Amino acid sequence: MYHKFDAVVVGAGGSGLMAALQLVGKANVACITKLYPSRSHTGAAQGGICAALGNTEEDHWEWHMFDTVKGGDYLTDQDAAEVLARDAIERIIEMEHMGLPFNRTPEGKIDQRRFGGHTRNFGEGPVRRACFAADRTGHMILQTLYQQGIKENVTFFNEFHVLDLLINNGRCVGVTALEIKTGELHTFHAKAVIFATGGFGRAWRVTSNAHACTGDGMAVAYRAGIPLMDMEMYQFHPTGLYRIGILLSEAARGEGGILRNANGERFCERYAPTLKDLAPRDMVSRFIYQEIKEGRGAGPNKDYVYLHVDHLGKDVIDAKLPDITDFARTYLHVEPYKEGVPIQPTAHFAMGGIPTNINGEVIMDEKATVLPGCYAAGEAACVSVHGANRLGTNSLVDLVVFGKRAGLKAVEYVHQNDWESLPANYETRSKELLGFVNAGSSDTKRTEIAGDIRKDLQNSMQDNVSIVRNETTLTNQMTKLAELRERYGRIRLQDKGTKFNTERMEALELGCLLDCAEAATKGALERKESRGAQYRDDYEKRDDVNFLAHTLAYRADSGGVKELRYKPVVITRFEPKERKY
Amino acid sequence: MATQVTLKILRYDPERDKKAHFETYTVDADPLDRILDVLNTVKWYNDGSLTYRRSCAHGVCGSDAMRINGRNRLACKVLVRDVGGDTGKKIQIEPMLGFKILKDLVVDMDPFFEKYKSIKPYLINYEAAPASSERYQSQEDREIYDETTKCILCGACSGSCPPYWAGPDFVGPAAIVNAHRFIFDSRDQGGAERLNILGQGEGVFRCRTIYNCTDACPRDIPVTKAIEQIRRAMLYNR
Repeated sequence: MYHKFDAVVVGAGGSGLMAALQLVGKANVACITKLYPSRSHTGAAQGGICAALGNTEEDHWEWHMFDTVKGGDYLTDQDAAEVLARDAIERIIEMEHMGLPFNRTPEGKIDQRRFGGHTRNFGEGPVRRACFAADRTGHMILQTLYQQGIKENVTFFNEFHVLDLLINNGRCVGVTALEIKTGELHTFHAKAVIFATGGFGRAWRVTSNAHACTGDGMAVAYRAGIPLMDMEMYQFHPTGLYRIGILLSEAARGEGGILRNANGERFCERYAPTLKDLAPRDMVSRFIYQEIKEGRGAGPNKDYVYLHVDHLGKDVIDAKLPDITDFARTYLHVEPYKEGVPIQPTAHFAMGGIPTNINGEVIMDEKATVLPGCYAAGEAACVSVHGANRLGTNSLVDLVVFGKRAGLKAVEYVHQNDWESLPANYETRSKELLGFVNAGSSDTKRTEIAGDIRKDLQNSMQDNVSIVRNETTLTNQMTKLAELRERYGRIRLQDKGTKFNTERMEALELGCLLDCAEAATKGALERKESRGAQYRDDYEKRDDVNFLAHTLAYRADSGGVKELRYKPVVITRFEPKERKY
Repeated sequence: MATQVTLKILRYDPERDKKAHFETYTVDADPLDRILDVLNTVKWYNDGSLTYRRSCAHGVCGSDAMRINGRNRLACKVLVRDVGGDTGKKIQIEPMLGFKILKDLVVDMDPFFEKYKSIKPYLINYEAAPASSERYQSQEDREIYDETTKCILCGACSGSCPPYWAGPDFVGPAAIVNAHRFIFDSRDQGGAERLNILGQGEGVFRCRTIYNCTDACPRDIPVTKAIEQIRRAMLYNR
């Protein structure tokens, strides 16, 4: 089926909804999502959203900007960090006006709490900067923005899975998508497309990410010739629930929770004397890795540490951390009022993604050449505001700040530009892709089980592209990924149906994960230094001479990475320094 | 500590089946596995055509509400050992009642979301907001509607409500919970509009106080209490 809209937003999480809200009323906009909007993974964010409101103590946006740049190990583009820190304040107020039920101070203002890596006066000590709604801040942001979407009558296409990005004469002209319920192929002809499709955390075995987080938008853009930037910069959150990876928010430590090893020692203070448990995530994850490696992990396999909140008291736990303590009870049958919760680092967030400038416009190369009509925001995008390591809460800030900016820029674009026609045979690539997957249910020579390939991908990424990497693990992973791609070409499907065929959808998602994993592994292999989330035990030092630059990965037509290029980092206020906390 | 778990699942494929039927699967699982994990094992290794919705896998996105042993639950919030699956008890899984079945455990959620939209689920305030600061709200006022902000729109409450099954026009408990979230928000001025909507023919008085909804809610929202508070607000004009 053919549709024509001025703008199409792909994804209905925080950034997609924020972008759609800028367009609605000013342009004809559609928002397509493979879930229902309220199911988006923004809703799983817990602890808070930072802005220098200064409601409970002195704070300034410059401090927030500095923390963001330092937290990102100076790979952060500083023009973007400045926008993030400045705009955060307006966006929080805007969402409060929309009805977001923030927790309140005694005088009725938005309450704020501490979070990892957020400091006063350029690193002196923790600051209360994170605005929050209990430990379901992301849920409340998602609900509030979806509710505004209902109020403003945004047109949603729910349960539509994006397949292809259409480009003609150097301009972005739309997307194709599969309607899951009917199996029908849809073409959305548009002047502007905004990708807000989230991350690819399902490439790892232990992950905080939803099953839906399979890097679809990144992969679709990548296949259409757009590079992916800094994909090796993947964050492992220190506190995932042991074995299953469900996130336990940093807010637990922001409220005073502490990590202890098997000996009961508060080990973070040995590594980060000033911020201790509230050091940035890449560091705390490495502290845990080190404790476990040196035999101080707990449990029969000595492979986890404890998160303690028991000393905070029942009232604080119930008022400020109800959901995460409930997770411990539900999934591990552990009572956080009384005992430590077993945790291990969990795959959590892609700092990298589809490269954009500070207005959300997608760029194609190291000279920041814009692809007209194409936008990206949120985790799917790389502005780059998180650099080599994102600070806690800055994901939610990123969604609303850059979702808004991308939406506003798209409004301008659709008003100033005429329609460009669709390319000839605009459905061909989508039909080939669907044809490949569908043939898996009839071709008897196809014997590979998608579940096995996915499991092998997740296990190998967990082993080789994790908290600590080196030449050997990364080279092994490149070989593994080539093998998985070959096997993926022979996947077998059992569901021959056209309606609500989720087996087919999962096969498509697996293809997206493979693309993202290849870009991430190749980027990590060629970045011969340690910076933020990229920690290599064969190159332990940061190398600003050779790698103070963003990786741009371009895809080969047959799959795999064709080439890497490097884009300089934007430095405005803060010269790179060694990172100490 | 793998154990054998048996699932008895109601299957329906609109392209093949005239009516729904049960199929039984026995697979390896850990007692700490979620029912969703077991469904995934069946789908990924036994029968790829088994169809259900899922996303976050930890009870916050609301995708995988279904009937587990006759009660509406999120498949990602029930562990094998919670329902005795590790002691040989068969676990019966069906789509929620009160919704049209699209395929296997997937039901048509569109009417549910239409009912949600009908109660105006967004802040209504006719006065201009302060130029550069938040609207103030006391901690006590914030607390009044805290519980109903937790709703994830999974449908478990509405799908367990006999008046919802019986009356297609009844908005159902989930929509009422979301009306409550705004009616009792001190910043909102749309209470009268929403009470008017809920007071019409199939509105809030269809509730028979059966408490199924409260029992079903995976977010522990006291749904029946919220409905009672709305009725009282109507009768006593807030």
